[in-house]
Amino acid sequence: MAEPAQLPGSALTVPQEFQYSSLFHQGEAAIAGIWLFMAQECLFFGALFLTWIYCRYWNIAGFDAGSAETQVWIGSINTGILLTSSFAYASALLFIRAGGERGMTILLGVAAFLGIAFLCLKGYEWHLDFDDHTWVLDPDFKVKGALQGGAKLFWSFYWFGTVLHAAHLTVGIGLVAYVIERARRGHFSAAYHTPVEVIGIYWSFVDIVWIILWPFIYLIGRAP
Amino acid sequence: MSSTVIDRREIAESYLGEKFTLRSWLLTTDHKRIAVLFLITITGFFFVGGIAAAFMRWNLLVPEGMLRSDETYNRLFTMHGVIMVWFFLVPSIPVTLGNFCIPLMIGARDLAFPKINLMSWYLFVTGGIIELYAMFVGGVDVGWTFYPTLSTNYSNGFILLSVLGVFMSGFSSIATGLNFIVTIHTLRAPGMTWTRLPVFIWSHYSVSVLYVLATPVLAMTLALLFFERLFGVGPFDPQLGGDLILFQHLFWFYSHPAVYIMILPGFGVISEIIPCFSHKRLFGYEFVVWASIAIAVISFFVWGHHMFVSGQSLYASVVFSLMSYAVAVPSAIKVFNWVGTMHKGFIRFDAPMLYAIGFIGLFTSGGLTGLWLACLAADVHLSQTYFVVAHFHYVMVGGMVSAFFGGLHFWWPKITGRLYPEMWGRAAALIIFIGFNMTFAPQYILGYTGMPRRYASYPPKFQVLNVMSSAGASVLALGYLLPLFYLPWSLFRGPRATANPWDATGLEWQTSSPPPTTNFYATPVVTWEPYDYKPPERLEQRDYHG
Repeated sequence: MAEPAQLPGSALTVPQEFQYSSLFHQGEAAIAGIWLFMAQECLFFGALFLTWIYCRYWNIAGFDAGSAETQVWIGSINTGILLTSSFAYASALLFIRAGGERGMTILLGVAAFLGIAFLCLKGYEWHLDFDDHTWVLDPDFKVKGALQGGAKLFWSFYWFGTVLHAAHLTVGIGLVAYVIERARRGHFSAAYHTPVEVIGIYWSFVDIVWIILWPFIYLIGRAP
Repeated sequence: MSSTVIDRREIAESYLGEKFTLRSWLLTTDHKRIAVLFLITITGFFFVGGIAAAFMRWNLLVPEGMLRSDETYNRLFTMHGVIMVWFFLVPSIPVTLGNFCIPLMIGARDLAFPKINLMSWYLFVTGGIIELYAMFVGGVDVGWTFYPTLSTNYSNGFILLSVLGVFMSGFSSIATGLNFIVTIHTLRAPGMTWTRLPVFIWSHYSVSVLYVLATPVLAMTLALLFFERLFGVGPFDPQLGGDLILFQHLFWFYSHPAVYIMILPGFGVISEIIPCFSHKRLFGYEFVVWASIAIAVISFFVWGHHMFVSGQSLYASVVFSLMSYAVAVPSAIKVFNWVGTMHKGFIRFDAPMLYAIGFIGLFTSGGLTGLWLACLAADVHLSQTYFVVAHFHYVMVGGMVSAFFGGLHFWWPKITGRLYPEMWGRAAALIIFIGFNMTFAPQYILGYTGMPRRYASYPPKFQVLNVMSSAGASVLALGYLLPLFYLPWSLFRGPRATANPWDATGLEWQTSSPPPTTNFYATPVVTWEPYDYKPPERLEQRDYHG
């Protein structure tokens, strides 16, 4: 149902769906949609964090014993990487709002590259964790004795939470690649760049999830 | 009735006639066609769930159980519950009538995100196929609530696949809700202000908020359950220091709002039908609207009333009990306003109105017995008995399914361009009302006198009431089967419908029946208030089916 709409002051045509009165109208609906999706995501991850906090409350010693076995350096470097990628994405938005298509494309590339770097480091960390006998079904599970139950709960949350976050990040990298491809074809300008804005909100959300996961996994158990 | 030539042209120009290939239906982004796809799909699920219920009632004819198998009975009531709740009641009115009518009622050409709408259907169908596979090939015997540790440690059924199916249908709901909210905010026609929106729209707005904010909590809970079932380690395992009551809290945090997800669209349908067939403005529009919103908000704070006997804190139970009483207030406001609308109205007893009147009675019965269950002391006696079964069937089946059928008959001329046979419609509405009461009224008594739910056998003293209930179920089944025959029949043989066969005021009646692909030939401009019914000039009943 897409019919091409002419952009003011540009030879480009971009798809406008027939139910909207203008591209601006369509853009507003898209932004509203992604914010509602974010509300959904907050409740989705919110249930995970609630369960996590609740289980930790009843098993503090076990969770701390589990947390002590995590790779805090990799986790912290990854936090830096992800925050930098969001900075790159936000800067890309500033570029395109001012009409800088080339600057936007480069910065989107940086954001996607940092996302991939995060996943590589995360994969290496999972490898270390596995060798360290922290996989919950490992017959020789690292934490033994009375604290084993709590530590296994902690590591259940670790594996569940990090894999879910990595899945979200993988989707995000795919979306950024899609935006880069469209940018390369010259689809975006200062007047029309709604997909860049929409996917930027998702990209930042994936960051925010990690900002909560980082202390949950690595920091709280190490507090003196 | 205009001539056949003109009718043929109108059909050819409508959304039904544009292209009639399978491909054009399966890849459509037209909200009207997607509504029809959903209608066919959920009808299938309704009858699968219904057949499971029929086997249950058949089993309960004799005290020792006709099936002689507890395992089979457990699988039957799980199939009935899972299919009916997640694959019929939760999506029912929103994805069919809501999907079809919302853009038409607000004067839009489509929903805000047509492709997401189609994706929602594919998610639903995929989840549904996975669910049916799990049910029929593996068998699932844990009940629709999936409580651990039965579901995580002890059941032999296909729990993983079943949970996956529900998970996917949940995301289908989220996509639909998100779409509705954005549509209602951004695509209203000029002049269609918030206070001119029909109550149907307000109800769907409230439902959509619940879809978007409650369903993800269930999704995460089921994902954690999936993990725990798969690996045997997880947050609901008490042996590790986890808590299985936590599952119940998270589950009901979704599933209580889900009860309102199921009933609020029904309120919307009834609020359209009653003013139309009373030919009178809806009494207390603002109160009905705010009651919908109040129900949506309060519904998030009552989940603990499902857990009064779980051992949760007594103080929490007191608060949940009070909040549950509070939810009765907006529900009662709605009932009073519908009755107030009918008072001194010009009432016609067409099939949609019969369903609507039935709805008021059955919903009131279900709602009032809900107050018994909200009462802490009474609930200890009634919890886990057939009283609970009767209570929620009065609301969900007597209420919601009646509203669904009422709405389906009301908008059938708009959806298909054909009138259904009125006499058959009225007969089915009456048979359903009678059959329903015959089925579930005995269950109130059974529950009150102590028969527990979810058992394949029972003491002989309960047999008479059980046989009455099963007999009623066969009448009810007849009532539900009738529309399955006469509605498809009317597609080919029913008289052509005019644009506005009911003399109704909504915007959806201003376009042709069935509507063109773009809904309106020119964007409507709204200058009137909702339910702008004037007293008819002649009081005698007019024949709308000539």
